[in-house]
Parts: sequence; C-alpha cells; structure tokens
Amino acid sequence: MNALTTPPAAPLSPYSSALGKENIETHTLSVLVDNEPGVLARVVGLFSGRGYNIESLTVAEVAQSEHLSRITIVTSGTPVAIEQIGHQLERLVPIHKVTDLTLQGGSVQRELAMIKVAGKGADREEALRLADAFRARVVDASIESFVFELTGAVDKINQFVELMRPIGLVEVSRTGVAAISRGPQPM
Amino acid sequence: MSNLMNGAEMVVRALQDQGVKTLFGYPGGAVLPIYDALFQQDQIHHILVRHEQGAAHAAEGYARSSGKVGVLLVTSGPGATNTITGLTDALMDSIPLVCITGQVPTHLIGSDAFQECDTVGITRHCTKHNYLVRTIEDLPRILHEAFYVAQNGRPGPVVIDIPKDVQFAVGAYVGPAKIEHKTYKPKLDGDAGKIEQAVALLLAARRPVFYTGGGVVNSGPEASRLLRELVDLTGFPITSTLMGLGAYPASGEKWLGMLGMHGTFEANNAMHDCDLMIAIGARFDDRITGRLDAFSPGSKKIHVDIDPSSINKNVKIDLGIIGDCAHVLRQMIDVYRARKAAPDAAALSNWWAQINRWRARKSLAFKASSSVIKPQYAVQRLYELTRARKTYITTEVGQHQMWAAQHYHFEEPNRWMTSGGLGTMGYGLPAAIGAQLAHPDALVVDIAGEASILMNIQELSTAIQYDLPVKIFILNNEYMGMVRQWQELLHGGRYSHSYSEALPDFVKLAEAYGAMGIRCSDPADLDAAILDMIDSPRTVVFDCIVDKMENCLPMIPSGKAHNEMLMPDDDDIAGVIDSAGKMLV
Repeated sequence: MNALTTPPAAPLSPYSSALGKENIETHTLSVLVDNEPGVLARVVGLFSGRGYNIESLTVAEVAQSEHLSRITIVTSGTPVAIEQIGHQLERLVPIHKVTDLTLQGGSVQRELAMIKVAGKGADREEALRLADAFRARVVDASIESFVFELTGAVDKINQFVELMRPIGLVEVSRTGVAAISRGPQPM
Repeated sequence: MSNLMNGAEMVVRALQDQGVKTLFGYPGGAVLPIYDALFQQDQIHHILVRHEQGAAHAAEGYARSSGKVGVLLVTSGPGATNTITGLTDALMDSIPLVCITGQVPTHLIGSDAFQECDTVGITRHCTKHNYLVRTIEDLPRILHEAFYVAQNGRPGPVVIDIPKDVQFAVGAYVGPAKIEHKTYKPKLDGDAGKIEQAVALLLAARRPVFYTGGGVVNSGPEASRLLRELVDLTGFPITSTLMGLGAYPASGEKWLGMLGMHGTFEANNAMHDCDLMIAIGARFDDRITGRLDAFSPGSKKIHVDIDPSSINKNVKIDLGIIGDCAHVLRQMIDVYRARKAAPDAAALSNWWAQINRWRARKSLAFKASSSVIKPQYAVQRLYELTRARKTYITTEVGQHQMWAAQHYHFEEPNRWMTSGGLGTMGYGLPAAIGAQLAHPDALVVDIAGEASILMNIQELSTAIQYDLPVKIFILNNEYMGMVRQWQELLHGGRYSHSYSEALPDFVKLAEAYGAMGIRCSDPADLDAAILDMIDSPRTVVFDCIVDKMENCLPMIPSGKAHNEMLMPDDDDIAGVIDSAGKMLV
C-alpha cells in the first residue's frame, strides 16, 4: 500500500507563513537617527511591539552639530524578518538611514567589557596571566580583586568571561556591539 | 503685520494656513488658551463632540470622504487617552489625522499632575509620528511638519502634544513653506525597470487578477481614474479589499466583487487560481489571504505600495514596486500602451469563462422572506433607493458591515467609510458626522448594528447640535451578530454574552435626543420607511428589525484557503473550522 511507503506529511499550520520557515540568522544593523528625545524609545518600542529580537543595542551621538546618533543593533530572525525590520525602522520619521552591515559584507565589530574578578593566591595569578594573553588591561585592583577592561569581538569577550568564571568571576558589564563597515565608504 | 503671537494663536493660525475648515474637539483645562484663540476667529468651524473618541472617528470620516487631513483638538490626560482607539484606527487604515492634545505645563511634566499623562509615550505605538512641543520656537515648524507627515507617503495619524505654558508663550510665527523634510521623503515614482518588468508580466498573463486596496483611494481620485483605465486597457478582472471599494465601479463588467473572508466566490477563486496577481495599494492582511500556505499557490505576484515594509511582509512577492499608486499606474499605462501588444486573447477568454462559471454560483444569494426582513434585503433596498443620490456610507463593525460591503455597491472612491484594520465598533456614527460636514448636501448613512451603535451613541447629540441630517440605519438582530455567528461556528452555539439584553427603544432614544425615529419590521413596509428616512431633512435613527439568526456568508472560515469557502447553501456550518483555525481571530 502506498500509504505505508510514504511517511505522513507534517500537518501544515494554517497561520505560519511560507516566509517563516527559513533559518534564523544574526545580523548587525546600523541606524542613523536624529538625536531627539524619544528616538530610542521609538526604535526599542518597534522591536517589542512587532516581536523582533534585540541581542545587543548601543547608541551614542556621533555628529554633535547635526544632532545625529548612531544605533547599532544586533538582531536575529529569518532573512525575510530581518528585511522587514529594516523597512519598519525606515518608516520611523526621525530615522535617516538603516544599513544591514551583515548583508553589506565586511564589517568590524567591537565590544568593550569590564570584568570583576575576586580571589587570592594561584587564582589571582592565573587571572592576571589570562588577562595578559587576552590583552585585557587592569583598570582597578585591590588586595583581593581586579577589574579588567577588554575590547574585542563578542566571541573573544565571551571566551574571556568563561575562563574567569572558575577563578573568581564576580560580575561583568558590557557595552554591546559597535560596528562599522570596512573600506572607504560610509554606511 | 507682526508675526509675534502666543502659542495658542499660532496653533489656530497654522490650522488656518493649512486650509483647515473643520475641527473636531472637546475643551478642557490644558487647551483653554487654544479654545480662547478659536473663539476670536471664524475661519475654522469647531465641532463639539460628546466624547474624544468621537472626535477622532469624525475626523477620520471627514478625511476619508474628502481626501483632506482630519483635525482634532483635545485636552490632556483623559482627553488624550480617549482618542487612542481613533488614532489606532487611523493608523491601521492609513487615514491622515492631526491630533492636537493639551499637556500640563512643562515644569509639571512628570509630577503626576492633574490630568497629566505621558501622551507621546502612550501614542508612540498608535501614531505615524508624534511630537511633544518643548519650546515656542519649535511650535510653528512642528505644526506644519505634522500636516506634511500625516498626508505624505502612507498617510496616518500624527499627535502634537502642547504644554499649556507653550500655549501662553510668545514667539514668532512662521507660515507653511514647501517642506523638504530631512529624513521623511517618500518615493512616488516606481522604478522604471520594474515597471517594464511588470508590463511584461501583464502581457504574458493567462489568468490575471487585479487585487486593489485602500491605497488606491488614499492616493486620490486620479489613482481611481487610472486604475479604471488600466483595467479597461488590459481587460483583466479586478477585485478589491474592504478598504478599496469604489476605486473601481461596482457596475463595471470587470468587477468581481470584494475578496477575502466575506468576499465573493468568484473573487476568491480568481485569487486562488490566477497565474498573475497585481496587488495595488493593498497589504495582504489575514482577512484577505486566509490560510497563508495555501494562498494563491500558482501565481506570480506584483505588489505596488508606497510603504516598503508592506512588500514581502506576509506574502512572498515576485516584483515589488515602491511608489504612489497614481504615479505607478500612470507609468504602467504609458509603458503598456507603448508596447503595442496584448495578452493572449484566447487564454483571457478561457479565464473569463471560468470566472463566469464561478459567478453563476451566486455566492451573495440569500433566502428571501416575506415575513421577516432579511438584513441583506434591507441593505439591497437601501442601495436601490439611494443609488441615484450622492450618497456616503459609513458602518460600524460586524455582520452589518460585511452585508453593507456585499450588497451596497460603490461607483466612486471616498464614498465608503469603514473601520477595516482595527475593526472598531462605534466608528460609524462619528464618521458619518465627519463625512456629512465635509459634504453638507450629500446623503450620509451609517449602516449600523444595534450593539455597535451604542458604543458612540452620544454623538447623536453632536449631530443634533449642528443640524446634521445623518441617517443611522440599524440592522437590529438583537445580537452582536458576528460574535454570535462565530460562536455558532466555533463554540457549539453557546451564545456567551452575545445577546443584546436590555436594548433601548431606538425610536424613543432618537426622540429623546431630538432626532427622528423610525421602526420597521415588515418587509412590505421597508421601502416606504426607507423613503421616509432619506426624504427627511433631520437626523434619523432607523430601527430595522431583521432576522435574528441570519449568518453572514459566503465566508472563508478561519484557517482555510480561498477555494474552501463556506457558501450560503451549505447546510451545516458548525464544525467546519478545525482546532488550528479556532486559534485564529
């Protein structure tokens, strides 16, 4: 019987779009905005209101005379959802430009972290050795603690934090990712 | 002439300079200076509503029927929060509004002052854009910019929140100038290469269908004219969403009727079986598509929209063209004519033959009755008796809305005002008031349900105050009919709280407000009663007692595809929706 040789098809969901079945990707978006009150709330509200993910978000003024701020958002979703995020951001009136750095090609992405580690004896020496290997700087020290400052790609910081965990990690403060495209062109 | 004035005077002056003739509003502490400035002029006609939600819907009705920006003025706190439903409604249906709200003085903001609320915070999600005016220097720019943002690109509501101290502050007024907005610059013309590709697809089509929406109406009368030209040129069938009715005339031979959940059999099957779909100013909303993974499986899809985020949002598009409907239609017509070619006539003729077989199914048919008024019959008679007049129709939300869409036929754009996206019960009466003010000599009818009308019934008082002869045509079946229908479909006929208990006597209610009341329950009396209504120069409430258990069909049950419609002659409608479909709304 044919019914025995063909496996039963998975039931189709009536409300899942054909657009929603692709792989989840992580993209970094650069968003140039007017630095005016409420602009960050508009961006964040758009993400929460439409159910998009924010993995990291950084914002600061980048051109004081023009009152421009740059928001860097790391988000994840299907390629279609990420395209939609870009268009939805562009609809916001104070937004000048949205660039998907991941789609655009090469970009440099950096994050700064401060990592507090407490301990004595061998753990303390090990922490210093690892910090040296990662080119982390000591920005605060006491008899039983260090605060390291580390700048780098997200993976590098993750790795450093994991290494510190067994030897006295107390807490971590991270800035989130800042990113810029490679080459001579602006975003 | 000095251009020094206070903020309140600037507001009034800017509205005058923007050509505003009618303003809907309700006074309160935080807008008293603006009301004082209004008192001292006579260019702007202020309409005092009875609830701020009514102001928002009235402004929507005014905007939708006239193509202008609808403007409302409300006070801080509850004045502002009462507009939220109307603002959201306007956002969903892309209606241009400017809503001016008063705010507590800047030094009190954040102190939980009397009638303070975070208006820009609350309205951020239900406006296209909003502003809190912090200084008098910013005020004139923001006032003019708000009108620009509201009506350019995809239209929508804009809120301007003005603290009371800014209304009193004195500054230099600046008039409207051509706005070159630094960030918001919608693209009007479609990409020429894509227009060429679109025309090539039109010429290669064998089973095409135009699927048009509210964007064509929003684009202005020229877009409707061009749409008709393109349909005539190609000979393709055309269907439209609820919001797009009237852009193509219902009497046109290429017209398939509305599509979607309560659309016609021929429109939905044409969408399902087409090989080319040309979506213009429509947004593939779930009421249109039905089951997404079975939506028009064999077609190439062209999508014209001014909002890039509409393209590929719900449905994968093969050719997206970003631009204003009128511009893109003009471009398509020019290229189509220049090609001096035509689609395959034999294929098109086969397609029309198939469509005519679907039409023969007569999906809008209903069982006539001589003892009880069928709601569809009531709308049909209303249509026949008003079609010769310049008529504007508004609706509330529910079964009566869908019957109005199915059985009232529109020949022109801007004649049909309904809450499509948000589905706001209580929209119709204030919207009718707005439409009547924009068109004082026209016949304006709110086709209503007995439940919906009670949601903003207080606006009858507004209609009476301004001698507005709006007609409220209530299809009274004593049920929240669409809720009851869904309970029959989904919940075993357990009519949980959907019966309209303790209804008022609508005739006496009308008389209490100073309007005329008519009741009709016999089909034999219906025509004469409708004529009494439309011949009256007064505001009329017509209580049309209709069949209580009539269902609104045909219907694409939730979770089903376009070719799985429930038809009027299907006997058993319970149990057709599966458990996954039940999850949907």
